[in-house]
Amino acid sequence: MTTTMTLAKAITSGLDKILDTNDKSLLMGEDIGRLGGVYRVTDGLIDKYGSHRVIDSPLGEAGIVGTAVGMALRGFSPIVEIQFDGFVFPAFNQITTQLAKMHARSEGRLTAPVVIRIPYGGGIGSIEHHSESPEALFAHTAGLRIITPSNAHDAYWMIQQAAGCQDPVIVFEPKRRYWLKGDVDTETPALDAFKAQVVRPGTDATIVAYGPLVPIALATADAALEDGRSIEVIDLRSISPIDFDTITESVQKTGRLIVTHEAPTFGGIGGEIAARITERAFLSLEAPVLRVGGFHMPYPVSKVESQYLPDIDKLLEALDRSFAY
Amino acid sequence: MTRAATQATESDLIQILTPDGQRHSHETYDAYLGDVDDQMLRGFYRDMAMTRRFDQEATALQRQGQLALWVPLRGQEAAQIGSGRATRPNDYIFPTYREHGVALTREVSFSEMLRLFRGISGGGWDPRENNFHMYTMVLAAQMPHAAGYAMALNMEQHGWDEERRAAEGNAVVAYFGDGSSTEGETHESMVFANSFNAPVVYFCQNNQYAISVPFEVQSKVPLVNRAAGYGMPGIRVDGNDVLAVLAVTRWALEHARSGKGPVFIEAVTYRLGAHTTADDPTKYRMSEEEKQWAPKDPLVRLETYLRENNLVDDAFFEQLATDADAMAAKVRDDAMAFPVPPLAKSFEQVYAEAHPLIQEELAWHREYEAGFADAAEGEQ
Repeated sequence: MTTTMTLAKAITSGLDKILDTNDKSLLMGEDIGRLGGVYRVTDGLIDKYGSHRVIDSPLGEAGIVGTAVGMALRGFSPIVEIQFDGFVFPAFNQITTQLAKMHARSEGRLTAPVVIRIPYGGGIGSIEHHSESPEALFAHTAGLRIITPSNAHDAYWMIQQAAGCQDPVIVFEPKRRYWLKGDVDTETPALDAFKAQVVRPGTDATIVAYGPLVPIALATADAALEDGRSIEVIDLRSISPIDFDTITESVQKTGRLIVTHEAPTFGGIGGEIAARITERAFLSLEAPVLRVGGFHMPYPVSKVESQYLPDIDKLLEALDRSFAY
Repeated sequence: MTRAATQATESDLIQILTPDGQRHSHETYDAYLGDVDDQMLRGFYRDMAMTRRFDQEATALQRQGQLALWVPLRGQEAAQIGSGRATRPNDYIFPTYREHGVALTREVSFSEMLRLFRGISGGGWDPRENNFHMYTMVLAAQMPHAAGYAMALNMEQHGWDEERRAAEGNAVVAYFGDGSSTEGETHESMVFANSFNAPVVYFCQNNQYAISVPFEVQSKVPLVNRAAGYGMPGIRVDGNDVLAVLAVTRWALEHARSGKGPVFIEAVTYRLGAHTTADDPTKYRMSEEEKQWAPKDPLVRLETYLRENNLVDDAFFEQLATDADAMAAKVRDDAMAFPVPPLAKSFEQVYAEAHPLIQEELAWHREYEAGFADAAEGEQ
């Protein structure tokens, strides 16, 4: 069955299905119960499942993630919400030194199937710590899986796949796309959450994007077509692991690769993709892999964020540079 | 504030067995010692002595380069044996990294415990077998885990009445130290546990030092004072008195498991040796202070009590020393015999489910290693 809904409501529906089918699952986070979350993603779930399954937690990110680890050790499947990207850092210790390593430290005896939802990214005109993209800081930690949906259909399925995974999964939700409407097929088996997807085929260059920038990459491909350039767009979907096979295959066809994300370019996911693709497909490349990301600065004040964020013009400029080789 | 003002005073401590080995009655806690007979008392002494001997052997192993590090517990045996013996097998324990005595009460093998310190495992034992979690090196990181585990117990026991909870219900004990009491995660754990009435007993071994930093730098008031701020009962117990520790922990576990929420216990004790084999207490504390604490040694006072009441004879101690030496020899042999797992095992343990990067890197690693094998064959 196909239904049109926003990306946010697709996550709500996904969470609803998780709670309905697994009585060991539960949601926890600040304001997620009565209020339904600051973005209303958990709206209505407390009424349906009760306050012992949809828990309004005390305000403390380390406590939220840390208690979720404890619940997971007892066989529960907690899905926790961090209210904003910039507020995840009080929980950084719990995520990186505890959650990520529980399986390894226990020599595989313990699993910690905790899902951490983090609304991330800019473009919403907010103030500091409300627009960040810290995914690379977590991707560097072995033991974690990191995914990010870019559309309603993926949002519906990927949250369920995250909840079904025995490893800890961080779901970065592109908050400026929460209201993006799309068709959700609730019956067709979904693509594996940890695979990339070619969302637009092309022959002349490849753009890899994820989360909030996928619609921009698609719009760039439209614009490039006017210049006679056929651009393939890949929605990365999984930031850890990265599906290098899909990207390699594309680059072997197109010969050019641009990677874009909102996070600072330096030390970012784009660098990892550039390095790996250079190793895997050097002889297929007609130009260096280029990156279009944020500058090496704290996320700027919102009045100038449009100059910071990757957009169609910046991607077109990168394509020009690539084709100039 | 002066040192004296922040130090424990003897009068506000729950104490059953005085440092000179005299047993006193207590109107509340005697009820929790009704089953403690002569045999159990000898057993507590044996537990403490075995733990101390294990600790001594592990320290020696570290000095001989066989362990990467050791965390001695000498002086804290009563706090650990008393609290550990108060638990039920189904209670889940979250230790820090010094709870070797608690481990003994949970029947975790001493030998297995050395795998972590020998550098061949990140954990060492199976936490599910004895409901004794892995040691946690990041201070206080286990504290929210304890609260969360207890919240999960509450969910399992949803709808149970007080009687059933008391009879069948499980509880959690979170061990931490005076240093860990400063960490934010200790605070968050206590807020969560209290807000959700989670059955956790917070057992703080205040051994007076966080490596080299004395207690008054952690807190200007006794830690037990903080309990009221979270809304839970707080008990300050003589941590070198195995009977008092047993009694208060039993009371606390009963309180927690019957649905009344968490309890904070501050066990006032003293670490007689170093924090770990990497530090040197002579650099940061006065020998005068150590001399003051030496007579409060938990083993000495129980031995005095047992001897004065004719509950033991010399043969008991001789046999115990023989058994302890045999245990230590076994632990040493076991530690030396542990095989070093191949790095390939580490690849398997990062994720629970298949992961392409792991597969790729493992394949590379195997090929690289195989290259050396080829070279070695070529040389022969």
